[in-house]
Amino acid sequence: MVKNTFIFLLLVATAFIFIHLFAGFSGNQDLNPIAKYYATNGPAEVGSANLVTAVVVTYRGLDTLGEVTILFLSAAIVGFFLKIENTDNKNRPLKYVSEILNTASQILVPIMMLFGIYVFINGHLSPGGGFQGGAIIASSIVLMFIAQPKKEIGHKLITVIESISGLSFVLLGVAGIFLASGFLDNSILPLGKFGTLFSAGIIPVIYIFVGLKVGSELTGIALSLKENQNEA
Amino acid sequence: MIYQILALFLGILMVVLAVMAVQNKNIVVAIIAAGAVSLFASVLYLILAAPDVAMTEAAIGSGLSTVIFFYVLNKIKRQNG
Repeated sequence: MVKNTFIFLLLVATAFIFIHLFAGFSGNQDLNPIAKYYATNGPAEVGSANLVTAVVVTYRGLDTLGEVTILFLSAAIVGFFLKIENTDNKNRPLKYVSEILNTASQILVPIMMLFGIYVFINGHLSPGGGFQGGAIIASSIVLMFIAQPKKEIGHKLITVIESISGLSFVLLGVAGIFLASGFLDNSILPLGKFGTLFSAGIIPVIYIFVGLKVGSELTGIALSLKENQNEA
Repeated sequence: MIYQILALFLGILMVVLAVMAVQNKNIVVAIIAAGAVSLFASVLYLILAAPDVAMTEAAIGSGLSTVIFFYVLNKIKRQNG
């Protein structure tokens, strides 16, 4: 009874806060100064057709580096705590995988992987980017894990891809200090023609590395959890 | 107008599924409901003109995290006998 009263009071208090916010809401008619700067000068300075990418990779590139680092840290912690002691994964009793799932996965996995690569290579032209493409690639590999549980993917391969792409991302950022005006500056490469694949300077290259890194990290988390299923 | 009706419908559906995820005694049903909340949220983001966020939500929120929840549930069931 006391508990229910407390929950009710909490709900009423939350509703009170949100009613104030809702009553005082009036939609913004124009952009704030920073957004206006990005919207007017972004295409000329960065050369990216997708303005979100221009903000994420160039204007706020350091934040992206921080996000990638956080993801790396969480993947490393999952890998550390789920260390594999006995690897006799083949003796694990497996449930029967349905024919529909098996056949569908054989058709869907390559298409999903291609779509993920398309999303991060075209990150500066169409919606999406490194994070989204990497997540789509990781989902395709997880679908493969579900459909074919006996399939093995080496931890070493994933670690190597992740390390190389992370290192390249940071090195490209450092190269901006020497060749252009600052860390993660995108004018190392020529800006090119607006709206074509080879444009927007270094953004496509950085997004390829971010996509590979995110994809391998998320795959690594799922792989650690999958290989830990048989332990008591 | 049609977008507002669609957004309202998706919002109500999300609330119903979220309540289902919290209240249901069967954990498998709860996990599926939580994944469905993310799926409808990604459609809502698409209507609100944020395709980048919608892609992330669909891939991570409703795809990967649901599978990871199932892996963890399986491991907990094994440990408890």
